[in-house]
Amino acid sequence: MDKTENNRAWLLVIPVLLVVAFSAIIPLMTVVNFSVQDIFGPGERVWVGTEWFEEVLADTRLHDALWRQFLFSGLVLLIEIPLGVMIALAMPREGWSVSLVLVVLALPLLIPWNVIGTIWIIFTRPDIGLMGNTINRLGLGFDHTASPLDAWVTLMLMEVWHWTPLVALLAYAGLKAIPDAYFQAAQIDGASRWAVFRYIQLPKMRGVLTIAILLRFMDSFLIYAEPFVLTGGGPGNATTFLSIYLVKIAVGQFDLGPAAAFSIIYFLIVLLFSWIFYQVLQNVGRGRA
Amino acid sequence: MARVEMAELAHSYRPRPASDADYALKKMTFVWEDGGAYALLGPSGCGKSTLLNIISGLLRPSEGRVLFDGRDVTALSPAERNIAQVFQFPVVYDTMTVAENLGFPLRNRGVAEAEVRARVAEVGEMLELTPMLDRRAAGLTADQKQKISLGRGLVRSDVAAILFDEPLTVIDPHLKWLLRRKLKQVHERFRRTLIYVTHDQNEALTFADKVVVMHDGRVLQLGTPQELFERPEHRFVGYFIGSPGMNFLPCVATDGGLAIAGVETPLDPSLAARVNGSNGTLELGIRPEFIELHETPTPGSLAAQVERVEDLGNFRLVTARLASHELKIKLPEGQALPAGTAHLVLPPAWARLYRDGRLVG
Amino acid sequence: MRARPATVGLILYLLLLLLPIYWMVNMSLRTNADILTSFQLVPTDPTFANYLKIFTDASWYSGYVNSIIYVTMNTVISLTVALPAAYAFSRYRFLGDKHLFFWLLTNRMAPPAVFLLPFFQLYQTIGLIDTHIAVALAHCLFNVPLAVWVLEGFMSGVPREIDETAYLDGYSFPRFFFTVFMPLIKTGIGVTAFFCFMFSWVELLMARTLTTTNAKPIAAVMTRTVSATGLDWGLLAAAGVLTIVPGALVIWFVRNYMAKGFALGRV
Repeated sequence: MDKTENNRAWLLVIPVLLVVAFSAIIPLMTVVNFSVQDIFGPGERVWVGTEWFEEVLADTRLHDALWRQFLFSGLVLLIEIPLGVMIALAMPREGWSVSLVLVVLALPLLIPWNVIGTIWIIFTRPDIGLMGNTINRLGLGFDHTASPLDAWVTLMLMEVWHWTPLVALLAYAGLKAIPDAYFQAAQIDGASRWAVFRYIQLPKMRGVLTIAILLRFMDSFLIYAEPFVLTGGGPGNATTFLSIYLVKIAVGQFDLGPAAAFSIIYFLIVLLFSWIFYQVLQNVGRGRA
Repeated sequence: MARVEMAELAHSYRPRPASDADYALKKMTFVWEDGGAYALLGPSGCGKSTLLNIISGLLRPSEGRVLFDGRDVTALSPAERNIAQVFQFPVVYDTMTVAENLGFPLRNRGVAEAEVRARVAEVGEMLELTPMLDRRAAGLTADQKQKISLGRGLVRSDVAAILFDEPLTVIDPHLKWLLRRKLKQVHERFRRTLIYVTHDQNEALTFADKVVVMHDGRVLQLGTPQELFERPEHRFVGYFIGSPGMNFLPCVATDGGLAIAGVETPLDPSLAARVNGSNGTLELGIRPEFIELHETPTPGSLAAQVERVEDLGNFRLVTARLASHELKIKLPEGQALPAGTAHLVLPPAWARLYRDGRLVG
Repeated sequence: MRARPATVGLILYLLLLLLPIYWMVNMSLRTNADILTSFQLVPTDPTFANYLKIFTDASWYSGYVNSIIYVTMNTVISLTVALPAAYAFSRYRFLGDKHLFFWLLTNRMAPPAVFLLPFFQLYQTIGLIDTHIAVALAHCLFNVPLAVWVLEGFMSGVPREIDETAYLDGYSFPRFFFTVFMPLIKTGIGVTAFFCFMFSWVELLMARTLTTTNAKPIAAVMTRTVSATGLDWGLLAAAGVLTIVPGALVIWFVRNYMAKGFALGRV
């Protein structure tokens, strides 16, 4: 894979740069701008240095939101990755049923995110929801608008319902790419079902699982629309995640300075963790982990 | 180690085969002796891989039985049959070291750790893998990976047969002969039954004691390399083996002889009796190596036009035209070559007669 | 055929997956009064009144039209700019190429919430608020990096010899790109278009922030109903069902490429 050295290739990249710079750099600069100034109105602004950053870092409600966010993303990864792999392993490798399974699996991925919230409101409400109503009829009190635990359970169910198919599809693509000879060799070597998974399927899925873990970490860490629609961050602050809190500060209270400082810290946390995951996953299975 | 026997074996990938064409393998019965080195030779799509997978147990035949040492193993899995197989593309367990790869089949069968180590060391030594036993298998070259695949078969002392499915396909040309020699050594030392699938006649003829030539789902001949060369039992074998392959000339049976391109040749009376009075297309086959070229006519010689001569180093390849048929002749270096018309002699000892493609004498 | 436990598990999982969607369909076929008074597993008296309302009320159905317009625009823009860039990344080494690629990908990690306010200000300044192009451009933030990533994977699978042969045969770059190269990666282009469509279609936060009336997406029209007093569940469910339809159609058309496309995203 020798690529040719050619700096004229930049010409081909310029359109992308223009589009992304317009949507990324200018807004990002605005955010940085906000984060170090206090803005009273057009033309009236005061340089405040790191004041907003200090304020945000000392905000205990933000700390709570951050820990909540880590708990949420951690649970998402712990449940969705193994479940997605199990589904992929159970999927048919060929035949008419493959298309059917793929289509049903992909369905939740193409539903607008707030509609996901709507679906789950309708599904879990104690009065009209199939799930909420059924559980209450069984005599177990269930109401995600009142109980923080119920809210979390509902939210996790929704999240797992929404995104596990993505993990399953990625894992399935990884499994399909394994040549038959590997399974035949394992059969001949007398390998157990577990050994086949441990020594063939899992190592061969490393690439797609890296993508799956990164995507699921990023998107669950950035989650906004679904909990906003389903619980609005409540009851109390039980499901107030970082994005929800951020929008509360920025739009609800119009505290632009702290919101901007918050945004930058938020962005850096996602970058840092994505980078750590990437490094760790690169090393796993290459003799260094 | 085992004697491998196919009894009335046939296979079709269709659920309800109606005609002959539906069968990937047509009905066959034959025996491979214990400890022999066999090659399965044929062009792509002739059914050789299907046959191999039936022997290994990866595929269950739709008809007939497979016997190892007289025991019916048709319904057994590859692990139960105790065979080993080396695939076209190297299969190694990426996350394991070379030593762990080699020990994997033994550990799966619950062999004691001390014995696993001893066997791995022995096989590693044999295959010249000792220096890299503790390295990860993932980073090795294709030929080293194929050696590991072979090693996984060799560690099991009780293995019934080791099967090879075109194992040299992805190996660099200059390493191919090294690996083939290694295989020979392994065979001489361990005397396992080896079955080697290939479409390359050189590989087959140099590797095997006995070669099975397949075509279109049928076994055409099972014989030593010499038998295949000297007495092909089928037109296809003659054509497929040798380079260039056998020449075929249509001929007509006459009273007590044979007419080739209008020239009558006497025939051995016993053969004449078999040829005479039978229908079907009759052809005479002769290898390019055995045709003699003369400058002057001799009794029974055929006049042909020399069309082309290629010098190929230690021999010359002559293309001659006899009536409307093209013949290839291999001429040893130094022998005189008549220009224009040459007189060909087809020595009866090397001439074979085929009726409808099958050898009659 | 003997049913494996895994197969049984898979079927069960798929049924559970469909259950919430089924429930929404169920609700959409009933009137609000009916929903609130009785609990029915299967609608006893199905009605299409909710759908009829959506199809006859411009403030409802224009939401679908708006969504489809900006999603299409975004897909076209993303592919147009990503194709040459992906080609550059897959074929050439150039100053800063690795950093650039990484920077592009980091945009996928930016919290959308971070950009809401700056976006609003930016588009207001240049007078694009409440236009389709504004949403389409904003969605480029996450779709262009993704498109470059996926396309680069597909392009790297095409042997370089093909480019060289074409240049030797006297093809100009644009002619080679359009007549030789693009047909070779048409699967990749299809898969990328699918991804762009999908992520633009499901995004709501930016789309809602940048529009007020003229370009308001269907998803945002729905949120208006949620906040209104005396929620009409039946109507909401019908609108929700209709947002699933375009996605389901797209999946049906690309189902054979789906597994392939996912496999080619490389890390």
